[in-house]
Amino acid sequence: MSLLANRRGWLRAGLASAGALVLGACDKITSDPRSIAFLQSAEGLTRRAQRLVVDRKALAREFTHADISPDFRPNGSIDPTDADYVALKTKGFSDYRLVIDGLVERPLSLSLEDLRQQPSRTQITRHDCVEGWSSIGKWTGARLGPLLDQAGLKKTARYIVFHCGDTLEQTLDGSGQYYESIDLIDAYHPQTILAYAMNDSVLPVSHGAPLRLRVERQLGYKQAKYIMRIEAVEDYRHLGRGNGGFWEDRGYEWYAGI
Amino acid sequence: MNRSRKILVYRHAAITRLTHWINVLALTLLLMSGLNIFGAHPALYWGQKATFAHPWVLIAAEQHGQHTVGFTQIGSMKFNTTGVLGYSGKVGEFEQVAFPSWATVPSYRDLADSRHWHFFFAWLFVINGLVYWLVGLASGHIRNDLLPNGHDIAPKNIWHEIAIHARLKFPKGEEARRYNVLQKTTYLGVVLVVLPLMVLTGLCMSPGFNAATPWLVDVFGGRQSARTIHFITAFAIVGFVLLHLFMVVASGTWNNIRSMITGRYAIVTDKPGAST
Repeated sequence: MSLLANRRGWLRAGLASAGALVLGACDKITSDPRSIAFLQSAEGLTRRAQRLVVDRKALAREFTHADISPDFRPNGSIDPTDADYVALKTKGFSDYRLVIDGLVERPLSLSLEDLRQQPSRTQITRHDCVEGWSSIGKWTGARLGPLLDQAGLKKTARYIVFHCGDTLEQTLDGSGQYYESIDLIDAYHPQTILAYAMNDSVLPVSHGAPLRLRVERQLGYKQAKYIMRIEAVEDYRHLGRGNGGFWEDRGYEWYAGI
Repeated sequence: MNRSRKILVYRHAAITRLTHWINVLALTLLLMSGLNIFGAHPALYWGQKATFAHPWVLIAAEQHGQHTVGFTQIGSMKFNTTGVLGYSGKVGEFEQVAFPSWATVPSYRDLADSRHWHFFFAWLFVINGLVYWLVGLASGHIRNDLLPNGHDIAPKNIWHEIAIHARLKFPKGEEARRYNVLQKTTYLGVVLVVLPLMVLTGLCMSPGFNAATPWLVDVFGGRQSARTIHFITAFAIVGFVLLHLFMVVASGTWNNIRSMITGRYAIVTDKPGAST
């Protein structure tokens, strides 16, 4: 009797430890940075494959007014508490200046009124969050391409970096500041705009006031909000933790087309 | 004189066996990483956009007084799924998570890492599938072994196969040399419809790919519909695999497994002079 119970106990313990061993081994593999680095090799393949099949000027689908989401979800920072940002917000962004510098011939400093005078575009597009949901909104903003031409990109410029006014994660080294980067293909795409209006109203704080990026054809985390400064760079490795964006520094793909 | 003999017939070409096992690996990891990805937003919708207040599927947790209860909501039906869906974990360490850690890769909730797993094995799955298709078309495997022929689709034959399968009596002897009509249509359906549907609905969730083929998103009724169909199709594959495994066991576990490893399948024949 006790032998039987014992045997059953052994069996149960054996199965449990075998299970734990398998799960433990799996966890060891899945949390090993080397396996993640190996898996990430597919990202380059994805980016190149998409660049190959998607024409660089192909437009993201545009929708009608009837399609606009009544419940467009704000994500990430929705009300930044950074002192500089709060100071700007308190004065209704009247002191706001967008700086465009870095590898440009003529650095720019533009007020919101200046931005509204720029060649603009209005588009009703679908915003796809990396989490899986989508919302449709109407955006009006200055086209990024003509602005970069005004500033005059130097030949060495390869990426456009967006420095944002919000700290999404409190860190000691300041790496919690939101930023993003895109390449020149996306920077000069006709639907790439610096939006100052959403659904025919002034861009709300929760969605990135006074200025946010719309780089359609990529996921939500690329759509940087609270843009303070745009910098043309040759490489983004010296910024943040070196991966080209806040979420990229936390394991997400730099190319967010999928 | 008739004597029944057991002979080994060459049933599966090397490329079929290789692509089969790569598929096992890829689909397993795609499913497990997919369940982890789903956990980032454990709700499903129809159409282009999310209707956050009205998902048609929701796997979440809520407070019932002192207790947290995991629930799964499908349409207007709501089930308590504590321990498995919505709220699960080790004893005393339950957490709010759509699918339990034993079903996901990685075991902990991590959208960034599960996406890396998903896209890596998606590439393996697609390349493997293309190799299978190209070789299958060139070698005649799809035409000769999977496409039902005139005899197969005779109603009498279909009825006969359904009847013997329902009694778990499978074709024997010479008849077992080839797939029967139920196997042919099921495998063909999986290879030509279900698995490609998985890839296409997956691609329709890509905002980059959407710009290249906006019409394809419309075919599925919008990006959120594509996500929903991706999810449903994944579980259709799970259903197929369960049925497949059941049939493997019911019709001779080791014989089937050997045939998918070495290619040799044993049949009992009473035909005189049947070659080995």
